[in-house]
Amino acid sequence: MLANYLLSILVWLPIAGGAVLLVIGDGNDNRSPQAGLMRMTALGTSMLTFVLSIGLYAAFDNAATGMQFVERVPWIESFNVWYYLGVDGISAPLILLTTFITPLVVIAGWDTIKQQPAQYFSAFLILEGLMIGVFSALDGLLFYVFWEAMLIPMFLIIGVWGGARRVYATLKFFLYTFLGSVLMLVAFIYLYLQTGGFDLFGFMNVPLGMTAQKLIFIAFLLAFAVKVPMFPVHTWLPDAHVEAPTGGSVILAAIMLKMGGYGFVRLSLPIVPDGSDYFAGLMIALSLIAVVYIGFVALMQKDMKKLIAYSSIAHMGFVTLGFFLLWSITAGTGVRLGVSGAMVQMVSHGLISGAMFLCVGVLYDRVHSRQIADYGGVANTMPIFASLFVLFAMANAGLPGTSGFVGEFMVIIASFKANFWYAFLAASTLVLGAAYTLWMVKRVIYGEVANDNVAKLEDLNSREFIVLTVLALSVLLLGLWPAPLVDMMNVTIDKLVEQVGQSKL
Amino acid sequence: MYEYYLTIVLAPLAAAIIAGLFGKKIGRAGAHWITIIAVGISCLLSLLVLRNMFWGGAEPENISVYTWAVTDGLRMEVGFLVDRLTALMMCVVSFVSLMVHIYTIGYMHEDPGYQRFFSYISLFTFSMLMLVMSNNFLQLFFGWEAVGLVSYLLIGFWFKRETAIFANLKAFIVNRIGDFGFILGISGVVMFSGSLDYATVFAAAEGIAAQDIEVIAGMPWNAMTLVCILLFIGAMGKSAQAPLHVWLPDSMAGPTPISALIHAATMVTAGIFMVARMSPLFEFSTTALGVVIIIGAITAFFTGLLGIVQNDIKRVVAYSTLSQLGYMTVALGASAYSAAIFHLMTHAFFKALLFLAAGSVIIALHHEQDIRKMGGIRKYMPITYWTALIGSLALIGFPGSSGFFSKDLLIEAVKESHWREGVSMGDQITYWIAYLSVLLGVFVTALYSFRMFFLVFHGEERMDAEAKSHLHETPAVVTVPLILLAIPSAIIGWFTAGPVLFGNYFGESIFVAESQDVLAHMGETIWHGSAGLVTHIHKSPAFWLAAAGTFTAWFLYLKRPDIPETIKNKVSGLYNLLDRKYYIDDLYINGIAAGGRWVGRFLWEKGDELIIDGVLVNGTAKSVGRLAGIMRQIQTGYLYTYAFAMIIGLTMLLGWLVWLR
Repeated sequence: MLANYLLSILVWLPIAGGAVLLVIGDGNDNRSPQAGLMRMTALGTSMLTFVLSIGLYAAFDNAATGMQFVERVPWIESFNVWYYLGVDGISAPLILLTTFITPLVVIAGWDTIKQQPAQYFSAFLILEGLMIGVFSALDGLLFYVFWEAMLIPMFLIIGVWGGARRVYATLKFFLYTFLGSVLMLVAFIYLYLQTGGFDLFGFMNVPLGMTAQKLIFIAFLLAFAVKVPMFPVHTWLPDAHVEAPTGGSVILAAIMLKMGGYGFVRLSLPIVPDGSDYFAGLMIALSLIAVVYIGFVALMQKDMKKLIAYSSIAHMGFVTLGFFLLWSITAGTGVRLGVSGAMVQMVSHGLISGAMFLCVGVLYDRVHSRQIADYGGVANTMPIFASLFVLFAMANAGLPGTSGFVGEFMVIIASFKANFWYAFLAASTLVLGAAYTLWMVKRVIYGEVANDNVAKLEDLNSREFIVLTVLALSVLLLGLWPAPLVDMMNVTIDKLVEQVGQSKL
Repeated sequence: MYEYYLTIVLAPLAAAIIAGLFGKKIGRAGAHWITIIAVGISCLLSLLVLRNMFWGGAEPENISVYTWAVTDGLRMEVGFLVDRLTALMMCVVSFVSLMVHIYTIGYMHEDPGYQRFFSYISLFTFSMLMLVMSNNFLQLFFGWEAVGLVSYLLIGFWFKRETAIFANLKAFIVNRIGDFGFILGISGVVMFSGSLDYATVFAAAEGIAAQDIEVIAGMPWNAMTLVCILLFIGAMGKSAQAPLHVWLPDSMAGPTPISALIHAATMVTAGIFMVARMSPLFEFSTTALGVVIIIGAITAFFTGLLGIVQNDIKRVVAYSTLSQLGYMTVALGASAYSAAIFHLMTHAFFKALLFLAAGSVIIALHHEQDIRKMGGIRKYMPITYWTALIGSLALIGFPGSSGFFSKDLLIEAVKESHWREGVSMGDQITYWIAYLSVLLGVFVTALYSFRMFFLVFHGEERMDAEAKSHLHETPAVVTVPLILLAIPSAIIGWFTAGPVLFGNYFGESIFVAESQDVLAHMGETIWHGSAGLVTHIHKSPAFWLAAAGTFTAWFLYLKRPDIPETIKNKVSGLYNLLDRKYYIDDLYINGIAAGGRWVGRFLWEKGDELIIDGVLVNGTAKSVGRLAGIMRQIQTGYLYTYAFAMIIGLTMLLGWLVWLR
């Protein structure tokens, strides 16, 4: 019974919770009962959503080839638009990632947000619901609505609770992502005219000419490349991260970037396989540029958040690389391996980048600076924090035993199969990733106590400790035993690869 | 035996976790006891495994522990392959680790990070055991990187010191350059064999060697050559082969026990072990073996020379380690894998011993490491003196010592190797470079070893009075490990050289092509038992070179200590070249690292900020703004303007409808 509506509950429960928060309001001050109720509501809603998503995981059938937990009711009948939800091995892990990260963000913002906390938590809950909506929508228009609606809370989160240059950052963020997605709508309308509906499976099954496929691919590309973000449409990300509050950065890096990767694998590859094939070379080139070029750029960042933002772009390069290797590998092991690796990389990057941004948030809350130069010797005053930070840094550098290794390993193996030089450039992340991450660790964590601010630092409080430990354990678990995640995706990826292999011309 | 293997790896891991997370609760004694007991268990069980293999005739075991992930038909597993090669490595690793654990009690007793240190070295033991016991490339890479991580943490153990945190970053990144090749090699293995499992890959070796790959279009390379060279690049990083050797001397910034354990006896030999393990692959590519032997020869000879001019006691031993690793690599390249592993084993004992002895001197002198401020320590620290003497004699290959058997036979194997039979010019050049390097290296080894030995233990007492007044032998926790390491350093070669090198000890675990099997050839012709080797010592050029090196050291540093200074001034160019380590470090720091930072800054400022943001993004925004500015001129706000525009517009529209339709 519950299973029939599980996805709807996962989408609307957080949104409803967010609405309730707006009604409750902030209370007079942080200690008032009203403020307490508000926080408990926020945490309770996000935790309940997480628990329900565990149910999704438990009931998920790894062997099923089709969509699961499908809900389909007419929405706008005159246009043949449906409220159509469902998940498979590609979307379910991302939904789990969303429900897992959101409570952590709520806990992380527990008492650090002083200004309008009710609205802050509300924005995150609503955002959570919308993101789950994107991952489960199977109707193009529904997908588009969730996709665009998602921008609003994030726009507010950065614009209201952001840093000094937040207006510039929000505008850049909004324009970049909005311009991209408008073209996606155009593509949807074209596909609607071809199929008479917005059903994504209709889109996937309709034959399309090469020109149409190329144009649709480009329209999708602009929408998704901005989100990933891919070189050269990545420059909004560092600015958005720098200005966003910690929680905003975490959600942005951990989940919103995955929308781009998800878009490619859910829409571009199956709807326009020949168009994707046509542009695969370009996509591989852009992905490798992301790994190498951005790796170098990250090295020289002076702002920790910018550094992690750039490192995100480099890591997401592996996602697009893994997807678009599909056509370069002719036979045997490797085709699915690249896609699997890309998917694992998305989940893993969600955990690691989220944790990294939380770590910077911990420092920022105390010192109110993100500049590397303002720190040094933090390990002296915050040993527990330092241990966790080094762990996440190692995960960011792709150390085996952490989740950061799994996806990169698979994608590098797959790319060797495609072309030695792809692998050569991709593997450069071993050196570059270690260099930019650990150089930051050296300057921030190690050394003598650099200044009075560092000397006054207090180690993690229990709230921060819980959040970071939970993330650390999940990074290690996924690194030591990725099988549960990989098993969840295998069947869906097999089917996807088969589907992409069939020309639609 | 499955439970044994699991216990061997998991006991140190569990101890590391407990000591690391609950260090405060269990206290200092708790931390050292729990880790020592755990590593002791590992050591005992490893010895049992070795005994079963060697005397019990136990067969090699290949066991899967759990499936890491399966996708696309590629099984990624965690499992153990325990054969005689593994068993030997397990014993070396756990035994040296145990000694170092005990020694640490004395060495680190004043350190506030005591529990953390024990946690790290236990974690290291776990990682290293995972590496050597692996039955597949995935777990090998896990262990490979995990030991690198612990090495990073331990070099930077005293994280307040700039030298330490510079050295650990350098070590990690240089190792990552090696790993860059390594992971490509592993990818190549998967590409050509479709598996990560050793047994499957080795079975497919012939098929891999039959394939070509065009890395550069139009230039087909043998697949096996490419794979083996890429794998070997990994070994060059971990085993500090030129030109990726630069991290090892700097790693001496870490506490001495880990210099002994990680940067001498075990971790740095992982590359040697790996190539030996991969012998079924390397044997199919003479080209790759040629690369191996040349890199090894260069490392063996040239890093040894650097040891002569070092004044830091630990750095001398570090350069000696580099040189000895070069020896092992040369043996690998000569297809004398057993000789490489045998030297690895003896070296683990005597080099760990030398490091720990150096550490003993260092604590006695309250963390003084400059050998120019030592001298005459023999009478204050007799146990350290005698054990260090045994270690030094083993290192230079004194007849009968463990190093004598391993090094003398290694040199002999290089001399007799298949490279000598090579007809091509390249083969002959390779042969002579390799042979002369390892042979002349013996003189260099003796010279730097005894230079250090004489400067530290003999001659004039150059430390200040304050230091001298406190000078006394170190406590039992320090000296007992020294003695326990001195015993195998002295005698183990005598008993094991025959069976290990010529008695087919390794059996199936090391594969050598028949035409290249130099040790089998030597077993038939040259080998007449340990005693025979010692009694025929006068025929060995290595012996005379070692004697000459020792004599030179005695003459220059005890008899006529004024001469080295004169030489230094006479050939200041050469001295500077050695003192500046052939300027390779400068090349890395000022060339590659600075170049990388320059590229990063250039791409950021010119690519991201100027072109993408400046021209494209903000340029677009500005153009839109400018366009809007022009359009705004039309929006006057006066009603009559709008009315006028409307009228004109309507007229045009009507005109178009009427006249053109």
